[in-house]
This record gives sequence, C-alpha cells and structure tokens, in this order.
Amino acid sequence: MFDFATITHWVDELLRSFLPHATATLVECILIGLCLLLGYALIALVLIYAERKVCAFFQCRIGPNRVGPYGTIQSVADMIKMLTKELIDINHIDRFLFNLAPFVVIIASVLAFGCIPFAKGLHVIDFNVGIFFLIAVSSIGIVGILLAGWASNNKYSLIGAMRSGAQMISYELSIGLSILTVVVFTGSMQLSTIVEGQADGWLLFKGHIPACIAFIVYLIAGTAETNRGPFDLPEADSELTAGYHTEYSGMHFGFFYLAEYLNMFVVASVATTLFLGGWMPLHVPGWESFNQIMDYIPSIFWFFGKTGVVIFIIMWFKWTFPRLRIDQLLRLEWRYLLPLNLLNLFLMVIVVVFKLHF
Amino acid sequence: MKYEEFNDNEYLEQLRASGTNVVVGCLDEVINWGRSNSLWPLTFATSCCGIEFMAVGAARYDFSRFGFEVTRASPRQADFIMVAGTIVHKMAPVLKRLYDQMAEPKYVIAVGGCAVSGGPFRNSYHVVQGVDTILPVDVYIPGCPPRPEALMYGMIQLQRKVKVERFLGGKNRKEKRSKNEKGEEV
Amino acid sequence: MILENIKNKFPEASIEEGALLTITVETGRYRELALYLKNDGGLAFDFLICMTGMDWGDSLGVISLLQSTRHEHKLFLKTFTTNRENPELPTVSDIWETANLNEREVYDFLGIRFINHPDMRRLFLRNDWVGYPLRKDYDANPEVNPVRLYSEETFDVTPSFEATSHGGEVSEKENVLFEEDEYVVNIGPQHPATHGVLRFRVSLEGEIVKKVDVNCGYIHRGIEKMCESLTYPQTLALTDRLDYLAAHQNRHALCMCIEEALGLEVPERVKYIRTIMDELNRLSSHLLFWSTLCMDMGALTAFFYGFRDREKVLDIMEETTGGRLIQNYNVIGGVMADIHPNLIHRVKEFLKYLPPMIKEYHEVFTGNVIAQQRLKGVGILTRENAIAYGASGPTGRAAGWSCDVRKHTPYGVYDKVDFKEIIHTEGDSFSRYIVRVEEIMESLHILEQLVDNIPEGDYAVKTKPLIKLPEGHYFKSVEASRGEFGVYIESRGDKFPYRVKFRSPCLPLVSIVDQLARGNKIADLIAIGGTLDYVVPDLDR
Repeated sequence: MFDFATITHWVDELLRSFLPHATATLVECILIGLCLLLGYALIALVLIYAERKVCAFFQCRIGPNRVGPYGTIQSVADMIKMLTKELIDINHIDRFLFNLAPFVVIIASVLAFGCIPFAKGLHVIDFNVGIFFLIAVSSIGIVGILLAGWASNNKYSLIGAMRSGAQMISYELSIGLSILTVVVFTGSMQLSTIVEGQADGWLLFKGHIPACIAFIVYLIAGTAETNRGPFDLPEADSELTAGYHTEYSGMHFGFFYLAEYLNMFVVASVATTLFLGGWMPLHVPGWESFNQIMDYIPSIFWFFGKTGVVIFIIMWFKWTFPRLRIDQLLRLEWRYLLPLNLLNLFLMVIVVVFKLHF
Repeated sequence: MKYEEFNDNEYLEQLRASGTNVVVGCLDEVINWGRSNSLWPLTFATSCCGIEFMAVGAARYDFSRFGFEVTRASPRQADFIMVAGTIVHKMAPVLKRLYDQMAEPKYVIAVGGCAVSGGPFRNSYHVVQGVDTILPVDVYIPGCPPRPEALMYGMIQLQRKVKVERFLGGKNRKEKRSKNEKGEEV
Repeated sequence: MILENIKNKFPEASIEEGALLTITVETGRYRELALYLKNDGGLAFDFLICMTGMDWGDSLGVISLLQSTRHEHKLFLKTFTTNRENPELPTVSDIWETANLNEREVYDFLGIRFINHPDMRRLFLRNDWVGYPLRKDYDANPEVNPVRLYSEETFDVTPSFEATSHGGEVSEKENVLFEEDEYVVNIGPQHPATHGVLRFRVSLEGEIVKKVDVNCGYIHRGIEKMCESLTYPQTLALTDRLDYLAAHQNRHALCMCIEEALGLEVPERVKYIRTIMDELNRLSSHLLFWSTLCMDMGALTAFFYGFRDREKVLDIMEETTGGRLIQNYNVIGGVMADIHPNLIHRVKEFLKYLPPMIKEYHEVFTGNVIAQQRLKGVGILTRENAIAYGASGPTGRAAGWSCDVRKHTPYGVYDKVDFKEIIHTEGDSFSRYIVRVEEIMESLHILEQLVDNIPEGDYAVKTKPLIKLPEGHYFKSVEASRGEFGVYIESRGDKFPYRVKFRSPCLPLVSIVDQLARGNKIADLIAIGGTLDYVVPDLDR
C-alpha cells in the first residue's frame, strides 16, 4: 500500500538539503498549514454541494444545476458572494467579542481537522494523547458560539447560544465515553496506533456489541455536537430565526457556515478512524487474495469513502427527523445515552478482560 | 435562458454602457458571476404571494436550481428581499427596518399587484400604494398572485441585473451612516 | 319559546322577527340580557359567532350573533349608543371570551370604548392612527394618516376604562401587560414560524413561556371598509384574498349570503360544483397545513412531500378556474364557467393517488417519536374554552366540540353526501394535527361520492347586472378550512352594502394562543401556532 510518508520525507529531505534546520522546519510548518487550510476549504465546498444535492434528492428536487456541470461549482459561487458581502457594523454590541467569535469557532474546527489521519503517512499531529487532544480542541468551538450569542446583544442569539451551551456540554460526555470505550479496547490514545490496531478487522466488527453501541451513541452525540438537525436547536430556523449567528453577515456568517460542515466532517472522520478502521482497507481474516485486492485501493480513498458514508448517514437523519425540543434533547442525553454509555463501557471492559472479542 | 429570449433588455444595456478597464472588469465579472448565482432570499411574506413563493421553493419549481438555495430567516444573511404580499401602513416601518438590516449588496423584488402598486387594495385607507414608495425596487413581478413561473422569471431577471452591474467602485461603496429622526446613528 | 321568555324578562327590549330573531336593548340592561342569554338553561347562548361594530348614522353600536351549542338556535343581540363624541358601551368580554378581541376591533374601527374591558388598545391600526375608519364620517384623506416610516411605540401597559358604581363616571385605569424586569422576546412580524405577519410579544422564563401578547394588524387591508364602496359582484373579488387558502369557501359564503338575501335559488349543478371545489380547496389547505407544520417542527423533507401533492390539487382546480390560489370562480347565482371536461377523471385519478401518500406522511412524520412527543399533551384546549373563545373548525373539533357547519346547517350538497365529522377529545396539538389529516381522508370520501353524480343543468342563473339587496341584515356561514367563516351583510336597499363583516375563523384561534402556550416551551409555541394553522391575512382582513 502506498505510504504518504515517502512524499513527506522526500519534501523534508529536499528542504533540509539547502536550508538550515530551523528554517526548514518553519517552511514545513507553513506548507502544512497552507495544505490544511486548502484542504479545509475544499472539503467544506464539496460538503456544501453534496448536502444540497443529497437533500434535493431526498425531497424530490434536482438541486443546484446551473453553474458548472450538475451545479458542481455552486458552492464556489456562494463563497465568492459571501466574501464580497458587507460586514455590518452593528450598534450596541460588544465589538471585540462579536468579531472574535467566528474566529474562535473556525480555529477550533481547523485544529480538530489537523488531528485526523487522512491516509497512511498523511497525518499532521500524531502523539500519544491524540484523541484526547482532538476532543479538547473540538470543544473550544462552544466558546465561540457562546461569545457570538452573548456579544450580539440579541435575544434570539442569546437563547440560541444558551441552548447550544447546554447541548454541547451534555453531549460532550457521551462523545467522551464512547471514545473511551474504543480506548479501552485498543489500549491507546494515539490515533495511528488505533488505526493500525484495526488492520485485521475494523473495530466495529472486532468489538461487536459494545463497539456497535458505542458507534451509534457516538454518531448521535456527534451530530448533536455539530448542531445539525435534528439537534439544530441553537439555530432553529423556525424558532430563533438563525440562533446564535442571527446578527452575523458576510464572511463572519460564512465562518459559522463553513465550521458547521467541517465539524460534520471531523465527526464523521473520527467515527471512521475509531470504528471503521480509518484508512485501513477492508480485511477479512483468511481471505488472502481478497485482502490483497483491497490493498491495491489507496488508503486515502478508503478514508474518504468511509467518511463519505458516515456523512451521508448524518445528512440522512438531518433531512428526515423533526427537531427535538430542548427538554427532549437533554432527556435523551442524561436519561438514555449516558447510562447506556456507562453500561457499555463496563461491557467493553468485560469483553477486553475476558478476551471475548474477535 | 438565452439573452435574445428576454424581451426587455434595454435597461440592462444601459447598466452595461458605462465601461470599465480590463483588470477590474475581469475581477468584476468573476464577482458578479458568484453573486448572481448565489442570491439568497429572505423568508418574508405577508400574504398570498408568499404561498406561491413557497411553491417556487418546493419540489415542482425548485428555485435552488438557480442558486436561490438557502432562504435565510435572518435579514443579515439574505441578499434580496421578496416583498411578497400587501404592505400596509403598520407594516411599512417594519419592512423598512428589515431592508436596513440587510447587508449590502441587497436587492428588492416587488411581488404581486399589492407590492407593485397596492393592487386590488389600492383604495384602502391602510395600504401602501406600492412598495417602491418605501424601498428601491429592482424587479417588479405583476400578478395576483404571480404564478411560480412568473416569480422565477423575475428572479432570473434579478440575476441578469446583478451580472451586468459594476461591483467594484459601483455597487460596493461604503455609505455614510445615516441618522434617524431621533438623531441616533443607525 | 325564546321570544316569550325574553319578552317576559325584558319587556322594554324591541324584538324583530326575521330569518333570525333580533333583540335590541338599551345599554343599561345590555349586560343583564347577555348574562341571561348565556346562563339560562333553556337558552344557553354560549357561542358568540361574531360581533359587528356598526355605525347606523345617528347611533353607534354593536350587533352580535349568538348561538347555543346545546340547542342550536341563533339570534342577533343589538345595542347602541347615540353619543357619537364619546361612545361607551358595557363590555361582554367576561361573558364570552371571544368578545375580548372583537371589542378591541370595534374600538379600533368605530371608537366605541367598552367599559370594564381589560385591554382597550387598538387591535389592527397603529396606536397613533387618527380617526376611526369604519365610521361613515371617517376622513380618508391620506394626509391625515400618511405612511409613517418610524415604528410605533410598544407599550407594556394597556388602558382600560372603568365605570364607578353609580353615576356612570368613567375613569381610565392602566393594566400592566409586562413588568419592567420581564424577559420579553419579540416574535414577528417577520418570523418564519408565524405564518405571515403576526407579532407575538412573549415573556420568557428561560425557555418557558410565561405570557403571550398578540399584536395583529400588520396585514390589515381594510377589506370591510372597501366593500362599502363596491357593488355586490365587486365585493366578491376581495373575499378570495382574505384566507387565500380557502378562497372558494370564503367566496361561497358571500355568494350564498347574497343569494339568500335575494331569494335566489341556484341550480343543483352549481351546488355540486361548489361543493367539489370547496373540498378540493380544503384538501389543498390541509396539505399545506401538514407541510408547514412539518417545516416548523424542523422536518424539512416532509414539507416538500406535502407541497408535491398539493400541486396536484392545484392543477385540478386550475384547469377549471384558471387560478392556483385565488380562483375567482363563484359568482352570484352560480359559478363563472362550467367545469373543465377533464375535471372528473383528474379528480378520480387524484382520489387514487393521495391515500398511499397519506400513508407515507404517517410514516415520515406522524409515527416519528420526536414528532409525537412534541405534539402530544402540548397546548391542551378544553371544549369549554374552545366554545368560549369561538375556536371552531378542526381546532374546536380536536377539543371535542362538534362544530362542523357542514353537518349542523348543511349548505351546498353536504346534506346529500355521507361523511363523518372528525371529533377528537384530547384537545392537544396532536389531536389538532390528526383531525386535519383525517379530514383529508374525509374530503376524499366526499369527492368520491360527488364527482360521478354532477347533474346536468346550467352552471349559473342569470342575474341582473345591478344587484340590490332588500333592506335588512343577513348572515351566512360555511365551514372553511380553518373553521366557521361567516359573512354578515347589512343592507339599506342600495347597490352597495351598508356594512359587510367577515367572521374570520382565525381571529379566535389567535386569541387562544396565550392560553395554550403558557407554561410550555418556546418550541411548543411554534408547534401550537403550527397546529392552530391560522392565516394572518384572514384575521387581519
């Protein structure tokens, strides 16, 4: 299987051959940053387009089809529009916090995006508490949302922000616990180790019952984390006009918009990494020739393919279910998901201790 | 839709007449391409025309094909306002405020007889005689209510208008803050 | 019997007999009579259908149409004051709750102050509006009331007029709507979930709604005043634009009212066609209800399903009438044109098409746990309140009140078809929802019986080009998609009506929002609004 590390090493050696050590590191950092941002923007545009097409087909519509073949560059047009739109200067707001909020949100999602192993050897930060770091940075976003709601000096925004605060803090627990289940199984918090541990079978299959439960809980909690339907209470269109970003215009709003899609991507790719074997191809123990054929498919396709499937599932339930009410939302977490998760963790420990897994 | 198939292109020719230099022109074209293909309406409707507006968004007519995809409920994020329905005296200040809340560049489409001129209610004591007495209207769509096809035609007319505008140095100007009756900056 | 009872008790009341009794009483004994009418077991007039403010030239007054839900009899109750400078009447808003908004409307239109009414604000017009538009001497000069581009001030206190115990001295008092420290959120007039331009001021305690204050008038077009300067055939055009989702039904009511006043008998074919169109209209309206409710609840895909099927109904109607929403089809004495030859088989196709779709609706939305939990037990309306507030139609029927005009006073050919009146007793949002979905099925059932049996004949009778109604007052109501839609016409024998009043089914619906939403969450307010399914231009007129 092709290892992206060969490319990165080659670049590294090339730079070092004619640059001093510190400068080379600096240049590499900048290059990586640029690549990440580029990938970020690209993925966001693709996701926005995909979401529109997917929901259009669910709704017996066609969706965008005028710009580019099948409307593929619709989201580019949207981005240009958003960039040229006025940033309204509003009276009676906390200007500093108001302008800071979208950046906090976007930075949180870029940081989380940076942790993901996209393919074999294509991994920016890989250290021993990688998954812990990921949870930590992804929850910074909530600060941005709270700031946005508070600084807007708008009652809708404030209600939206408070809702999302309650929601995210609650669902953070479920995410943490379901990830903990995986950590118990693999015995590592390092993302690369977790992925490599699934070389002989994805966790979802190896960990059978507890892993499946953890996967489902993770998907539900992850969707709630990203404020997407049916958990889109913070920006509930029909209740709070646009929730915490009601007062934002132009690219400030664009940041929230992008971050929403990227967070969805991050949630889906973490699900892929933890439960579906990350970039690992599908291997069935014993079927040697099948495994070899699977190995020919580059790891990056595996990763994006699996993530795509998870994203599709997330979109699917966004466009199917009605929105929850705030008390239902909290009840779901505290009364059902959390106890289930704790039980599941216990179950996983039993599975691991007695070696009941495959 | 092809250029020749529209019947009223004179106005666009006027807008186009004032030429620009090459670099700015190219950039303008890109920006205008983006802007015209991504016009997001504000969800705003007062009466019957609003139902037809919903129908245009729904499965059979589906305006998302043209990039009108996202109807935003917050005026800050909308690009144009479809004044769909009668505007009465009590609503006029609200509508004005909504328009003021929108971010530039912004457009107005007057939908239906009532918004165009007062329509069947022109003689009423409480109806504004056409929304153009309060807002600068870009496109008028007559009808009571206009059919979805008519709405679509009007929206595409707006796209065409956006396409030929000068964005840099034209539409994109920083306006001075105006003052309201009480002397506060708005 | 009613007559004698009242004559014995109130010998000074003057009584006119006509199609309906009209009792006129002095202001002094107005409240006493009202209480007697409501509380006497044999009379039990518990439902105030509509209250009309009148300017009779020399006097101002109100005329209310009362109905007893137990005995099903109706009468007009009338009172007046000759003081045009400071007209004052006693309130009946504590007797019939629905009078609350109606009296505010009368105050708004005619300047009659109701003594002891808790909330004497203008209902539709701005509070700095000059003059009272429905008075015959109203100055319509646009310079008196120009388009003001500054927002009207919102007050947290409301004026109220109290009479001292004797001597009739009237003192002004203020009632507090919202305290200084309450967290009041403004929902509307431009808000995606208010179904038009309605404005709620909602006092919140966290997510819990403490109080809702409804502000209407953002689409008040003065249709009633306009009708006074139009000939009868011309007034028809405006009814379609009241509740545009029940255009046919509204116009049907006005046509029937005029026909009844003229003593005009319409051909059987016309009755069939009108009934078919009414039901098609009800279908399209209920499908739209379903779609928008789903959208309000966040189930966006369901919205598109509903609209997809609604387009099919519109196609059928459009073929015959030429319009999608506003059809202008009924005319006095018949309908505008004969039905399109395709109508019958297209309706039949549609009858086959829709039931599987309804099943799909149930799968997509009704059966969903989230939807059920959000609707069940939320916003419970009791039968007593439904009657007191006059919330008829599917809302009333969901509360167990049998109020279908089609059953109780059949018009068209509803007496010839077999259909069930859908009644649920829970009175919560879910039953309001399910009543409407079941009514879709019932409408299909009605159409099924009618569509094959349209008799031959004329589609309209010839009427004189200039229609003059005989002197008197007339009322006729139909079951519109949202409740009882009534038309009250007072004629003085001219070619113009002297006063036209439309009994809007949506005004009572809006008046119960406060009661239903209290103690629930904001999201429930949206669900309650969605299931009440009011159309704002209808209540604002």
